[in-house]
Amino acid sequence: MKLAAIQRRMARAVMTPLTRDERMRPNAPGGGSMRAEAAKFIKPNDRLTSFERLEIYNRQYWFRVLSGFAEDFPGLRAVLGERKFDAVSKAYLIDCPSESFTLRNLGARLEGWLRKHTAMLGDRAALAVDMARLEWADIDAFDGLAEPGLKQADLAKADPSKLRLKVQPYIHLLDLRYPVDDLLIEVRKDMDELNVASNAFSERQKKKRVRQVAALKPAEIFLCVHRVDEEVYFRRLEREEYAILAAIAAGKTLAKALDTAWTGTKISPADQRAHVQQWFQTWSSLGWFCHIDKNSKK
Amino acid sequence: MPANRFNNFTNYGIGIGLRAPHYHHILTRKPVVDWFEIISENYMIDGGRPLRILDQILDQYKVVQHGVSMYFGSAEKLNREHLRRLKALVKRTKTPWLSDHLCWGSVDGRYTHDLLPMPYTFEAARVTAQKIREVQDFVEVPVVVENVSSYAEFHVSEMTEWEFLNEVVERADCGILLDVNNIYVSSQNHSFNPFDYVNSVPAERVAQIHIAGHSKYRKYILDTHDHPVIDPVWKIYARAIERVGHTATLLEWDDSIPSFDEVHDEALKANKFLASAVLKKAG
Repeated sequence: MKLAAIQRRMARAVMTPLTRDERMRPNAPGGGSMRAEAAKFIKPNDRLTSFERLEIYNRQYWFRVLSGFAEDFPGLRAVLGERKFDAVSKAYLIDCPSESFTLRNLGARLEGWLRKHTAMLGDRAALAVDMARLEWADIDAFDGLAEPGLKQADLAKADPSKLRLKVQPYIHLLDLRYPVDDLLIEVRKDMDELNVASNAFSERQKKKRVRQVAALKPAEIFLCVHRVDEEVYFRRLEREEYAILAAIAAGKTLAKALDTAWTGTKISPADQRAHVQQWFQTWSSLGWFCHIDKNSKK
Repeated sequence: MPANRFNNFTNYGIGIGLRAPHYHHILTRKPVVDWFEIISENYMIDGGRPLRILDQILDQYKVVQHGVSMYFGSAEKLNREHLRRLKALVKRTKTPWLSDHLCWGSVDGRYTHDLLPMPYTFEAARVTAQKIREVQDFVEVPVVVENVSSYAEFHVSEMTEWEFLNEVVERADCGILLDVNNIYVSSQNHSFNPFDYVNSVPAERVAQIHIAGHSKYRKYILDTHDHPVIDPVWKIYARAIERVGHTATLLEWDDSIPSFDEVHDEALKANKFLASAVLKKAG
């Protein structure tokens, strides 16, 4: 048997989902018995059958990817509850196995997958999608690229009708239907406390979290997931602020980005200029912009 | 073989793996450590805290890169994005050599994130050696390959594991990261004499040695890096040092990680064996 054929065969077996009691399935992916399949390419020894030797790798694979996924999405776990999260994790990882050399990217396709599988999420589908978006943004913002920040003086020289700013690559702008930022912060606090707590305390915390999720009411929020001094923060934005930043991130000129902000706004035309100035001051001080297009200066 | 072309003619002492729970201790207490080994993939990122910490470590310590997902033994082509990021990190760390495992782990672009065992065939040796050469040419530092722990063997194998290792490193003209714990684990799982393995390794190609702990189950042993090094592994290490001389040695501890001092103290036990190699050379 050629190298590629052996590896394809073994990988297919290794990545086959486990049974409910976390053992290798008796049936091979292409039909037939897994025992017979394992015996075709794996040698038994005096202690383990071919099936049992292959099963070590099968279990290790699933334990590794499931624990990596759970570590990355504690908020989604809190939203869905243990049982549903377990089912969702397995189904997602079957459909979207890792295509990256690093486990860091395991959740890269989760948002899209969840949107296609809302039936699995029950009545908390929108909340679950929001939480998954926030948690992926958090992962990406943690170690995303930071380019040299733009100074406010650079902005002063520019013509707004031509100026195209660039938002830092590590920044994620999110429009969410639930205030999942607060919930995720609470979940993380619980996790920190659980690390040093007794089992009884852990049970109380779990119940508290279930109550928090159940009580969470829809409330449209706009969020910037960003970094300060290499720590990730969630900053709430005004709707208009979000509109300007999202338009800039989409490549619009500053003038056009500003135009998008005022549709349906409650901010009076007289106050708009002051708001924009204040926002730009904040964004610049946080280093959110990183580039001026060469042709955009006066 | 303390300094050879496979470890870029360096003479490193005893190092430990750089792990996140120890960052604070290292940066604030600045303990005396010969060198740190980093998992390359943890730093093959675009920015953020991990790189900032790595840069602080690089300011004060020698660092060597160790990879876990190049998969020299996978039949598919090398991942160009992986190579590009690896080379960028090599430039940042100035690692004198670069190690990864003699294993496979990806098929058709899908990653298992495991160190899967090779079928010991001449075809596999040829494919693997070719990929090691490609990586070496691309990253422009010596590449050394590590023997892995394994729990399964293939019907198609045409040689022993150590014969396969020798076949690959000769064809690739690369160095060896000899993991003596992995030799012990595999020897127990596949019922061979670990000293046959150590005695067969080309001593002149050994660039580095790994030591670690493991977990024993009823019918097999798992390479878990969550315990101190056991005596039988120290005996294999002693024999390896006897053969290859004073060689850069690193303790891996990846799970249930104890305090920095505990990990470092465990690693420093290797000094006893390294000292005897020095005495032997002097005598």
